[in-house]
Amino acid sequence: MALLQISEPGQTAAPHQHKLAAGIDLGTTNSLVATVRSGLAETLPDENGSHLLPSVVRYRLGLPPQVGEEARAALIEDPHNTISSVKRFMGRGLADICKGCSCSEYDFAEGAGSDSSVPRIRTVAGDISPVEASAEILKTLKACAEKTLDGELTGVVITVPAYFDDAQRQATKDAAQLAGLTVLRLLNEPTAAAVAYGLDRESEGVHVVYDLGGGTFDISILRLNRGVFEVMSTAGNTALGGDDFDHTIAQWLAGQAGLGAEMTVHKMRALRAEACRAKEALSDVESVSVAVPRDDGSVWQGELDREQLNALIDPLIQKTLSPCRRALRDAGIELDEIEDVVMVGGSTRSPRVRERVGEFFHCEVLVDIDPDKVVAVGAAIQADVLVGNKPDDEMLLLDVIPLSLGIETMGGLVEKVIPRNATIPCAKAQDFTTFKDGQTALAVHVVQGERELVSDCRSLARFELRGIPPMAAGAARIRVTFQVDADGLLSVTAREQASGVESSVQVKPSYGLSDSEIEQMLRDSMAHAEEDVAARNLREMQVEARRAIEALESALASDAALLSADERTRLDAALEDLRAKAEGSDHLSIKQAIEALNIASDGFAARRMDAGIHAAMAGHKLEEFS
Amino acid sequence: MQASDLTSDYFELFALPVSFGVDGAALSERYRELQRVVHPDRFVNASDAERRLSMQLAARVNEGFRILKDPLARARYLLELKGVALDDTRLDGGFLMQQMELRERMDAVKGAVDAGQRLYELRDVICTLESQLLDELSSSFSDGSPQALQRARDASRKLQFFHRLGEEMAQLEDELAMS
Repeated sequence: MALLQISEPGQTAAPHQHKLAAGIDLGTTNSLVATVRSGLAETLPDENGSHLLPSVVRYRLGLPPQVGEEARAALIEDPHNTISSVKRFMGRGLADICKGCSCSEYDFAEGAGSDSSVPRIRTVAGDISPVEASAEILKTLKACAEKTLDGELTGVVITVPAYFDDAQRQATKDAAQLAGLTVLRLLNEPTAAAVAYGLDRESEGVHVVYDLGGGTFDISILRLNRGVFEVMSTAGNTALGGDDFDHTIAQWLAGQAGLGAEMTVHKMRALRAEACRAKEALSDVESVSVAVPRDDGSVWQGELDREQLNALIDPLIQKTLSPCRRALRDAGIELDEIEDVVMVGGSTRSPRVRERVGEFFHCEVLVDIDPDKVVAVGAAIQADVLVGNKPDDEMLLLDVIPLSLGIETMGGLVEKVIPRNATIPCAKAQDFTTFKDGQTALAVHVVQGERELVSDCRSLARFELRGIPPMAAGAARIRVTFQVDADGLLSVTAREQASGVESSVQVKPSYGLSDSEIEQMLRDSMAHAEEDVAARNLREMQVEARRAIEALESALASDAALLSADERTRLDAALEDLRAKAEGSDHLSIKQAIEALNIASDGFAARRMDAGIHAAMAGHKLEEFS
Repeated sequence: MQASDLTSDYFELFALPVSFGVDGAALSERYRELQRVVHPDRFVNASDAERRLSMQLAARVNEGFRILKDPLARARYLLELKGVALDDTRLDGGFLMQQMELRERMDAVKGAVDAGQRLYELRDVICTLESQLLDELSSSFSDGSPQALQRARDASRKLQFFHRLGEEMAQLEDELAMS
């Protein structure tokens, strides 16, 4: 294990030391990793020179899983152990997955023997959750980046569809944790694309990002103003994409070839591969010949032309337009205010998609950055800023939550607490009361969605507030506070106002992995890597200590004047103590020293923040209040 | 001002005079300036204390911006600041009649051959009525007397009805566009 370097007390690491950071586009079909090198954001190739890693994982008996091209090649011959489009299963229960079309391809084991209801796919290497399969893809990208950049990544920005709900976001973050990545931020894919385009063009005004990927569709409307990307609204469909195009074409092919409804997974995948090939070819040519093997061994030969293709995919493109309409309305924007539409995702290569979207928005569609790479490039730019490589950068991304958050009230109705398209981070408190006399507990059911009935929304989490003093019905005042952080992740607190009884949850989605499951998976993966758990804990705590020390040192360097001599002495003592503990090997005592430092610097943090706000608002104060 | 104590009012936070009339451009500009200072993206490498504070402040700046930029939310917030209770006001019968008529007109749009035209006309009517209420709010707030504030409260409640009507109109529009 490489030892971490900790600078001698009193010495700081070089202030503008370049840190390695990457942007990761964890896609349904392909995944990419990008970074900023010498001021230029670019995607990184693997050892074969390929920038696109197919998001396919193949599990094998007694061997490590294969990821990428090798796994993709096995999709047809080894369908049950080879998982593709796993993004569609993230944060989903089995019932949701079966509503789509692809559940019959895999053998799902309901989470028996575990403490959550995460669906797992049966493979020769055991039951695999979508989070684990995604973690394999992330590990491969991490290794690729660290090899190319010759160093350990400090942190990454991982992109998610803007329309991902809390459960899907949490699942993505869990996968990153399993892969051993530090997530600086979860970034919405359309926003990432806007960053890649925006910085390139320095264009102000209102822009639309239309992102149709392999399995998800997003639409975002943003306003650009001197480096600030303000998302005004977002909408989409997390189960609509190029996969559905393939599926529709495959069905047409099956019909033309006279295949029966009964089909093996093997045949189905072969048919879909042929459909995908034809679809991609038709982006460049007017007509393509197709071949489908029949059950009797003969081969059906036919033609698919653009007109037929358009007729097949038009209903799917139409399905993307109603979220577009809703996003426009939520943003309060008229069509003539839009500068342009940025096209993102492989499916926007389709000429028909470009044509219909251009028609709908009455404006130019931008396709000049590779639609497969643009998201990863934007994420890399954001990662570079967040990790601290560009301290004077003006860029700031203000994003929104895609779906309303609320809680269940009497009669199975939803009371919305935070409306969709609220800018994050956000916090909102709402008061509720008891229903019965003497009621001492309250069940809080957190849901996400736009519908009025709980049953039509996604259930995110349930928890109970216990120990409410007995009172008459309606007398208790229970304040439920929702807080959504900058990653779009929710935490909920409930507190009875009179007694102060409190209960809180970091929302762990109903179809998410529990903390203990993640812990266990981490242990398992470390057993594989022959890494020592204690060593890893120590290492992580030392990194944390170094971060805390650096943060305070840089704060002291700029704002020491805000402290009294006495405060300064106490801070220095806490800092000194942490430095000393970090040299030791007890991760718990390091943790305590970090906490002590945090407490000691609390007031300093508040004063620094005030000073920052005062400085920003200073000019205005004079003109209005003097 | 102690911005970080989270209790200052939103006008103070945005360095704007406490008034119903708000300069939209100045508000947006200050919103961006404040977020540049407090947003969690600026504190990724900072101490836990600063990160927590940054999230709370950024949330507060977002909430303030949401309230100050929307006339209805702003009116309700101003009434709250001035200690005027918002709940349970009796609205005059004429207003309720007018609401019912508007709803009937909206229901009649569905299935009509000239649905698009009818919707357009209805939107126009609603727009005019809404802007009358906004004028009423504006003059009542600048008057500032207790009676004027009661008028402002009534107007803001009426505006809420229009707000809901607007949401239903939007839904109807969606249905029409889909069919």
